[in-house]
Amino acid sequence: MKEIICRMFDDRTEITMEYRLSTPFTKEDIKDLKAGDKVYLSGTIYTARDAAHKRMQESLDNGDPLPFDVNGNVIYYMGPSPARPGHPIGSAGPTTAGRMDKYTPKLLDLGLLGMLGKGKRSPEVHYAIIRNGAVYFAAIGGAGALLSKCIKNSEILAYEDLGTEAIRKLTVEDLPCIVAIDPEGNDIYN
Amino acid sequence: MIREINVSEVSNAISDMCINANHFLSDDMKKALYDACDSESSPIGKDILSQLKENLDIAGNDMIPICQDTGMAVIFLEIGQDIHFVGGDLNDAVNEGVRRGYTDGYLRKSVVNDPIIRENTGDNTPAIIHETIVPGDKLKITLAPKGFGSENMSRIFMLKPAQGIEGVKEAILTAVKDAGPNACPPMVVGVGIGGDFEKCALLAKKALTREALSHSDIPWVKDLETEILKEINKTGLGPGGLGGSTTALAVNIETYPTHIAGLPVAVNICCHVNRHVTQVL
Repeated sequence: MKEIICRMFDDRTEITMEYRLSTPFTKEDIKDLKAGDKVYLSGTIYTARDAAHKRMQESLDNGDPLPFDVNGNVIYYMGPSPARPGHPIGSAGPTTAGRMDKYTPKLLDLGLLGMLGKGKRSPEVHYAIIRNGAVYFAAIGGAGALLSKCIKNSEILAYEDLGTEAIRKLTVEDLPCIVAIDPEGNDIYN
Repeated sequence: MIREINVSEVSNAISDMCINANHFLSDDMKKALYDACDSESSPIGKDILSQLKENLDIAGNDMIPICQDTGMAVIFLEIGQDIHFVGGDLNDAVNEGVRRGYTDGYLRKSVVNDPIIRENTGDNTPAIIHETIVPGDKLKITLAPKGFGSENMSRIFMLKPAQGIEGVKEAILTAVKDAGPNACPPMVVGVGIGGDFEKCALLAKKALTREALSHSDIPWVKDLETEILKEINKTGLGPGGLGGSTTALAVNIETYPTHIAGLPVAVNICCHVNRHVTQVL
């Protein structure tokens, strides 16, 4: 679900928008997002980084189900530091998304609609984003303490042996990010 | 006079340093970030820099690591030649310090045992240890936990002597531009010039542990540090790679004599969380 918070104007031209977006979402919810728009994400999102992507790919190759339904969901490329007692999670900022590029188009074709990370993506990921009407968000790299405040709950869902690289199910509230690649393929880094 | 140091003192110091470095940025880095926030011209850049300042406050107040990538522990030991270590193996003691610091400090364990098999060692060991022998009876420990978002964007260039200082400038700018948003700008750029292949890379790493607002004593190196920083900030990459005038906070360059046939240049890139602490035992 999407809600408009504010519109920003540069002279007479609308330049960026601010939205509140909750997960899971539909292609319809995100079709108007434009590269550069600010989004506050709320709801359930799933962490997966290098090693978890490799395992998910192996599951798909073997015809096994994935640990969670990617349909309409968001993957956060993130491996947290351990939680101190009384906290849901430790430091929790984005990792470089480009390392997951090899695995991403397949997941997008399976219905994944959102990714949250930092940095540039490959042409193949751009094509898969356009083909599937998906979106790639960027959060501030190196702001792990700040971003941890938006994470209200965290539980390990799969691959516990991978430590920080396990798949976690997170409940997030108003996690600030920027649309880095919109469903039309416009890219804020270009 | 031989001075004895029990290696358990080394473990204790390193354990504390791991926790300290990952929660509190050194004053030089903090000042560089605060200054950048004041001078940044783009609104989005300023917004990101002020969030990074807020991030530092939260990290220190709530003891949450500044960045979730609490790094691989890079440790420089300058060992006075009059020291005799007792109580065990020095390298084991260093790793014990890292193990304890990363476990007790709730820091992320980011090390895998083998580059291809890739099983997490579970305690962030082994550390990367660089030892040098120096005169005296003191042990100087410098710890620099290094994140890999920026480490992955580091480069080495084996230039020809004829390429000279212009070639060096081009190499540094190429590395920074290629690093782009992946390296979590604003970055700190550590550069090694000279030596051979591995010496040059080590100089670049060492340069990152120098104070962010300091300069080389060598006049041409100081000038190059100033000029390249300006050039990097003209690229417009900006905080987070989303545009602005703060792409790098500092460029630190270290040099060493080299071979008549060579001009090695290593560029070790670090993000704004350029952690380094030093303690003398």
